[in-house]
Order: sequence, then structure tokens, then C-alpha cells
Amino acid sequence: MPAFPKKLLWVLLALAFLVPLLHPLFPDVVSGYRLFLVSTMIIAAIAVLGLNLLTGFNGQISLGHGAFYAVGAYTAAVLMDHLNMPYWATLPCAAVVCFIVGYLFGLPALKLEGHYLALATFALALAVPQILKYKWLEGMTGGVQGIVLNKPEVPFGLPLSEDQWLYYYCLIVMVVLYWAAANMLNSRSGRAMMAIRDQYMAADTMGIDTALYKTVTFGISAAYTGIAGALSASAIAFVAPDSFNIFLSIKFLIGLVVGGVGSLAGSVAGGIFYVLVDNSAQALSLFVRNDLGLPFDLSAYTVFGVLLIALMYLMPMGIVGGVYLAWRKLRGVRG
Amino acid sequence: MKTTRRNFVGGVSTVAMLSASGVALAQKKYSDGATDKEIKIGNTNPYSGPASSYGVIGKCIEAYWKSVNDRGGINGRMVKFVTLDDGYSPPKTVELVRQLVEQEKVLAMFQTLGTPTNTAIHKYMNQKKVPQLFVATGASKWGKPKEFPWTMGFQPDYHTEAVIYAKHILANHKDAKIGVLMQNDDYGKDYWEGFKEGLGKDIGKVVKHVTYETTDPTVDSQIIQLKDSGANVFFNISIPKFAAQAIRKAADLGWKPVHYLNNVSSSVASTLKPAGLENSQGILTALYLMDPTDKQWNNNADMKTWSAWMDKWMPGANKSDGSYVYAYAVSYLMEQTLKKCGDDLTRENLMRQAANHQKLRVPLLLPGITINTSPTDFYPVQSVQLASFKGETWNLFGDIMSAEST
Amino acid sequence: MEQFIQQLASGLANGAIYACVALALVMIYVSTDHINFAQGEMAMFSTYISWQLMTWGLSFWVAFIAAVAFSFVLGVIIERAILRPLHNAPVLSIIVVFIGLLAICNSMAGAIWSYLIKEFPSPFPKSSFGIAGVIGPHQLGVVVVTLIVLGLLFVFFRYTPLGLAMRAAAQNPQMARLVGVRVDWMLALGWGLAASVGAVAGIMVAHIVYLDPNMMGGILLYAFASALVGGISNPGGAVLGGFIVGVLENMVAFAGNQIEKATGIYIIGNGEKLTVALIIVITVLTVKPAGLFGRVVVKRV
Repeated sequence: MPAFPKKLLWVLLALAFLVPLLHPLFPDVVSGYRLFLVSTMIIAAIAVLGLNLLTGFNGQISLGHGAFYAVGAYTAAVLMDHLNMPYWATLPCAAVVCFIVGYLFGLPALKLEGHYLALATFALALAVPQILKYKWLEGMTGGVQGIVLNKPEVPFGLPLSEDQWLYYYCLIVMVVLYWAAANMLNSRSGRAMMAIRDQYMAADTMGIDTALYKTVTFGISAAYTGIAGALSASAIAFVAPDSFNIFLSIKFLIGLVVGGVGSLAGSVAGGIFYVLVDNSAQALSLFVRNDLGLPFDLSAYTVFGVLLIALMYLMPMGIVGGVYLAWRKLRGVRG
Repeated sequence: MKTTRRNFVGGVSTVAMLSASGVALAQKKYSDGATDKEIKIGNTNPYSGPASSYGVIGKCIEAYWKSVNDRGGINGRMVKFVTLDDGYSPPKTVELVRQLVEQEKVLAMFQTLGTPTNTAIHKYMNQKKVPQLFVATGASKWGKPKEFPWTMGFQPDYHTEAVIYAKHILANHKDAKIGVLMQNDDYGKDYWEGFKEGLGKDIGKVVKHVTYETTDPTVDSQIIQLKDSGANVFFNISIPKFAAQAIRKAADLGWKPVHYLNNVSSSVASTLKPAGLENSQGILTALYLMDPTDKQWNNNADMKTWSAWMDKWMPGANKSDGSYVYAYAVSYLMEQTLKKCGDDLTRENLMRQAANHQKLRVPLLLPGITINTSPTDFYPVQSVQLASFKGETWNLFGDIMSAEST
Repeated sequence: MEQFIQQLASGLANGAIYACVALALVMIYVSTDHINFAQGEMAMFSTYISWQLMTWGLSFWVAFIAAVAFSFVLGVIIERAILRPLHNAPVLSIIVVFIGLLAICNSMAGAIWSYLIKEFPSPFPKSSFGIAGVIGPHQLGVVVVTLIVLGLLFVFFRYTPLGLAMRAAAQNPQMARLVGVRVDWMLALGWGLAASVGAVAGIMVAHIVYLDPNMMGGILLYAFASALVGGISNPGGAVLGGFIVGVLENMVAFAGNQIEKATGIYIIGNGEKLTVALIIVITVLTVKPAGLFGRVVVKRV
């Protein structure tokens, strides 16, 4: 996968920080809702980033990252609700809890490969909402009713709206996590991770502790996704088992593949896509129904399916891969 | 049509009374989403995902507003109804509702569907002071005008309904040993809490309480457990698919308890027929709407109007689906509420009018059941009537009952 | 004791459902090396076709054969039109395509036939066989049909030239091509066959769980687990895996019940039976990574 041009990254980042400040100039364009929407994209991007560390860089497939997202969200919610912990302090807690859960799950996963690992993780995603409803945990998790929370308040009397602050909060978290991931991948450990993905046996023979690397990667990946879950608990201000059904995990996977497997920038693209595709499918379906006046009712879900297949058709390597190829073609590079 | 006109006149006279008490009628007042020409209403519905069978409610409401616009709208204003797919996922609902309130600037949200989804937006709607009217869920938490003055339910809540069953069991079956099948989510939980409250100190009569998940292929295993417990009364809290399985499995096992079926699954076409009419005889339920597949309503004027309306506005739709009846009735209530607002289409006035229905007769509600609300009573439909299944129809019996939730 | 027997029988009956769908999963795996997540939704769609034909007046078995044939054609078309152009794409991209297919099948069925549950007739005589209260005639019928399909597949793959060619094409496409097997058509054929087996499964299942667009949602996971327990490339193993998962799940609930009865403490029950059954399945898989009856593939370094 191509490296993302650094200069462009800085420009994008600067833009991301400046845009909300344009609110007084364009109140309708840079509205609270839009910032909130972007915040949900950022949260999804972090979750996909976590999945990418595991699947894209370490070669372990997971159909169940929604489970870690749920654990992170619930960790944050329970701490805020029962212990009155401030929202920002819940992030490290969620990370630690998810790391432990992920690490422990990574142990049996060592024995499983391919489809079997897919099943095991899929099962995890199904089991977590049921565990949240488990009779003896109800007092803590609120059972089926879930937990209603407060939205993060703006600190230090900053002149920001709730949505603006949420946006910055998510953005900062993402930048830190992205930077950490990039550094990790660039280190000895990161190269070991990828070596395990590409040449398992060679890596093993060369003395890389494959078992340790694989389980720790599982833990780190879970921690990333768990942090995203904790952020979402703050952003949505509500957690319930229904929020973490199996479709959530599948959507992360879609985000991963559509963004670009094994590319950090791809994770961000995937997170954005994950939110965008849903909304554009709805818009398209409404457009077909109301403006084209087709007699056939084209539901948003059908459009969603068609969009997915079309995207895989056009860019089987994901958005980042597709854009990269297009860029090369444009520059006339062959190869 | 007669009833409609009478109601309309009634509505107008209420407005007249209000105007006498200081509300200026002539002056036009608008909140976001209302203009001289248009009233914009938002909605979320699960058109995809596990709860997509409820999607027809949204579709039917959409058709209803089209027919209203065709008749000339509400006091000359066209209704623009924007409905989006939330897939029954609370985070998605939050996002979509914010889009509808902040970008689309709707006057109110109407009939947002689902308990967890509505819970997720409950606080937001009340902070933003945007009406969250006649939500499509039977949870009991939607009628709390003190804490949540911008949220109102519609149907009799599950809690109340379960209390009624419990009281009926206590009164009629002295040696009841009760078995309960419950869907393991907040809908099931609400019924269960109400049932426990209704039983009070007789809670010990519940000999077995089993749950199922919507991902379970069948509830056969659960029914075997219930039969094995020796229960002679069966309270069935399940959605049509599983209710039908439960009825059939009980018959297969030769288990013949007194069977109380929750209203959610009272449809003849989608529960009792698939379960087998011969297996469904004697089942008890509580009703508040007419069932379109129940022959006793074939000559009912409301039902005929509805049926003709369906043919015109929802051609090809499966008329045996009770959701269409539900959607039609609740849309009618919304239409009347908007009409009553007159030219004062502010959010405050909309809530005021919603909380000001006296004995409003809404078509397709069972005869004798009317809509009553007040600033302290945010439960529009509170009454139900018990019915037992005989032959191919529900036989209503006893008085119309209401037990208020707290 | 009575409860034990009933739970066992009901577990076997459910197991037959899982086995049926698991067979379709194995089919596609054997012939194309993919696990098709849209298999359940495709089967559901085929079942609607047969339902539609029946409401138009065809008899059960005619509709059955027509739906199976239709599914075969549909499977071939999907492979040729959608998957063929993607044969070089990474596995994860193919999975996303499957998810897209799933969404399309599900929503189209909902749009065409509505989400209301529908009764689906059983072709088996009502009371002449089956043991009252323990296992119904339809459940027995499903077991028999599953075994027949299994037998047919076994014969097809083991003894017919076409079956052998298909296996060769899936396991070693390059070599197969060299000896004159038309690999790409074999893949399409595999899709067709898998879709047909899925249609049989859907039609058998629909009487039990009722016909609706979401009917396969829960079942597919169980089928997935069944196929893996039995060893994903072994049809016989998948069927046995189906019965194992079905019985296991009921036994978990049964055991939880007995514990609660004996000690008065709730530990596990219906809410957790899926979780516990899956934990057991995964534990088994960590001990025997190729499934109970799967072939261990020895990697060449």
C-alpha cells in the first residue's frame, strides 16, 4: 500500500482544525449537525483503524469488532453513570479494559485461522449484546434498557458549542491514535507484525515471538476500537444492547475494505465512507422515489447493496488503493 | 365521514374556547418547519435490518399525508413528511433526528419507531424543545409531562396491558400456575414489569419465566420448558413470528394452558393463521384497534373507509397487516392535532393541542375507545378490551378497561 | 426425563435445519473456496419463489422443483455477472460483495412480498408418521430430505466426472485447467448447485420458522458454526455438525434449568444458550482446528 504524502496530511489536519471556526461565517454550512456527523465519522474511523491494525497489518480477520466497540462504550458508560467519572477519564479505562479482553480473546484465536477465526469473532459479536443483558450484570449495565448519559461539557470555559467541542475532542483523540499507530508500524514491532502477516513461517523461524505479537496486536486493536466505542458513548449519550448488533461489526469490516486494507489513511477514508454511504443510499432512494417517480419502491438497503458491489467492482483494493492507481495512471506511471 | 366532521367541529370549538382564553387566532405564528404553505414533519423508521417488518408503518403514514395534501392539506398547508431509515439502531436514530431537526428544520418528529431508538433521542428532543409526538412504542416512559414535556406516546402502554392480564388471571383462575415466555429486550421487559406489578403479592404464582432472543430460529425449546413446569396459565410476550411458533408448539406438545397473548401479536393474519386457527381457539388478548382480518368488522363504516383508502393510496399493499390500521389511526390523530393548531403552528401550541384532546373518536379504534389527553395526561389511548379467539375472529367481552400507568 | 427427550428431539429437529443450510455453505466452499454470507438470503429468496408459484396454483413438488431450478440459474448468473469480474480481488473484497448481495436479496424480498410472516405448507402427511409431542412429521421429513441431499452430493462428487472436475477446479485450478477442465464454468456450476441446495434448505425450513425476509438471519450463524464444527470441506461432517449444534444448544438450556431447579440459582438459561453453545464450539475448534471431520491440510514450506 502506498504511503500517504506527508504534506497533504498536514494540510488536511490544519483544515480539520480550522473548519469549525468558520461557523460564524457560514452558519448553515458548518452547522452543529454537520460537525456532529463528522464526529461520528471520526469515531468510525478510529474503530476501523483498530480493525485495520489486526486485519490489515497482522493478517488476522475479525468479523466481531463491534464487540470491542460495545465493551468500550459500556466501560465508559458504567464509569460515568456509577462512579461519576469525567468523560475524558473514561478513555484510558476503556482502552485498558478492551486491551485485556482483546488479549484474552487473542489467546484461543492463535489456534484459529481464516474462516475459523471469522466464526469465533462473529460469535463474539453476537455474544456481547447477550452478555450485556445477563441477569447478574443488569444492575451495572442497565440490562435491555441501557444507560442514558450526559453529553460532554465544554471545559475551561472555552467559547465553543457542545458540538464543536465534541468534534475537537474526537479529532484530537484520532490524531493521537493515528500518530501512535504510524509510529508503531514504523518500528521493529510493526515490521514484525507485518512479517507475520506476509510470511508467517519465515517470521517464526527468524525468532519473532509470533504468539506474543499476535495476541498483543489483538489487544491493541481491541483497545483502539474500544476507545472509539467510549467516544461514541459520549457522543450519542446513550448505550443499549441494540446499538451493538452484528451489523455494526459488519459495517466496520465494510469500512475497512472500502477504505483500504493495510493502509492507515484508508481507515480514515473507510470511517468517512461508513457514515456517508448510509446517508447517500438514503438520499438516492428518496430521490428515486420522489423525483424520478419510479413505480418500483427502491429501498435504501437495496441501494446500499448495489453501492457496495459497484465499489468493489471499481476499486477492489479500496478507496485509497483506487485513488492511488488513478493518480499513477494520471501521471502516466506504468507498472 | 360523519364522525370526521363532528370531530372537526369539536376541534374548532376547542380552538374557539382557547382563543377566548387569550390565544390570538387571527395572528399567524410559526416555529421552524411551518410556513403559510407547508408543514414539515420528520420521522425515523426501520426500513432495513431486523425490525424491518415495521417499515410499512412509515410507508403508510407517508401515503396518508399524500392523501391529506390531495384533499387540500391542513388549513391550506401542505404536509411535507420526511421519513428516514434508522435500521432500529439508536446511534443512527440520533444522527438522523439531528439531521431532521437541525438541517431539515422540521416542526416536529412524529411516530419515531422503537423503544431504544426513542430513548436515545428523548433527552435531545426535550432539550431542543421539539415535539416528539405519538411515538411508535408501547413503553410506559413516554407519558411524563413533568420531566419530558415534549414527548408523548400513543398506544396503550405494555405495562398497563400486562397489569390488566394479571388482574384478569387473579380474578378468574384461583389456582393459577403461570408460565411466561418473554422476548429478551425492553419491549418484553416492560410487559414483564407490568405483569409483576399486577400480580403483586401473588408473584409466586409464576412458576416459570423463560426468554428468547430474536436471533433464535425457534422457541420450541422454551415451550418445552414451560410445559414441563406444570404451568396452566401461559402469558405469551412475543412478536408474531415467535407467537405463532409458540402456539403451534404448545398444541403439538398437547399443552393446553389458558393462553394470554400480548396485543403486539393479536393479528389474525400474521399470528393466528400461521399458527393454525384450530390451535388458537380460546386464546385471550387485549385489543384497542380493529383487526382488518377479523370478519366482524367487514361491514364497519370505518373499516370500509380505510379499505377504500388503502386501495387508492397503497395499491398492492397487504391489507391483512394490522400495521396499516395502526398507521392510519395514528396519522388521523396527528392530522386532527395539527388542524386544531389553526394558524398558530408553534411547537408550544402543537404540544398544547396534543395535550388537549377530549373524547376524540379516532377511526379504527374499537367502538367506545376515545382519545383523552391533558397537560398531566400524556397517554392518548389508555383503554383496551379483552377478547377471546373463537372460530376465525376475536370475540370482545367485558367492559372497556383502563389502568393508568404511573 | 420427559423434558430431556423432548429437548433432545427438538434439538435434533433444529439441527436438521442448520444441517440443511450448512450443506449449502459447504457446497459453495468445496466448489469455489469462499464462504458465502449471502447464502441464507439467497435461499430465502428461492423459498419466496416457490411460495409465489404455489399461490399461483402449482402443487408443492412442482413449485419445489421449479424453485430449485430457478435458484440454479440464479446462482450461475450471479457467479458469471458479479463474481467473475472480481476473481482477482482479495478475499475481504469478496466478502463485502457477499454482504452487498445479502442486502439486495433481503430488501428486494421485503419490497416484493412484504415483511409479514407467511405460512409455508409442509409436503409431509400430517399424522401418519412422527411421534406425537416428541418430534413432528415435518421435522422427521426435514431430516430425511437432508440425508437424501447429502447422499446425492456424495455420489455426485465422488463418482461423476463432472463432480470430480468441480473438485479439481476448486482445489487446484491451474492443474485442472491443464488437464482440460473448464475451470470458470465449474465455478459457476458450483454456485448454481449451492444455490439449489440452499433453496431446498429454505423450503424445508420455512414451514418451521415461517417465511419472512429475515428468516435466515439467525439460522445462518448456526449453519456457519455447524459447517465449521464438521470441517468446512466435508458435507457429511456439516450435517453431523448441524445436529451437534442443535442438540448442544437445547442441552445448555436444559442443564441451566436443572441447575436452577436444584439450587434455585439462575446461572445460564435461554438468554445465554447461544453464547454457551458457541463457546463450546470454539473450544472444540481450538483443540481440533480443522473441525471434527475435516481433513488437516499440510502446508508445504
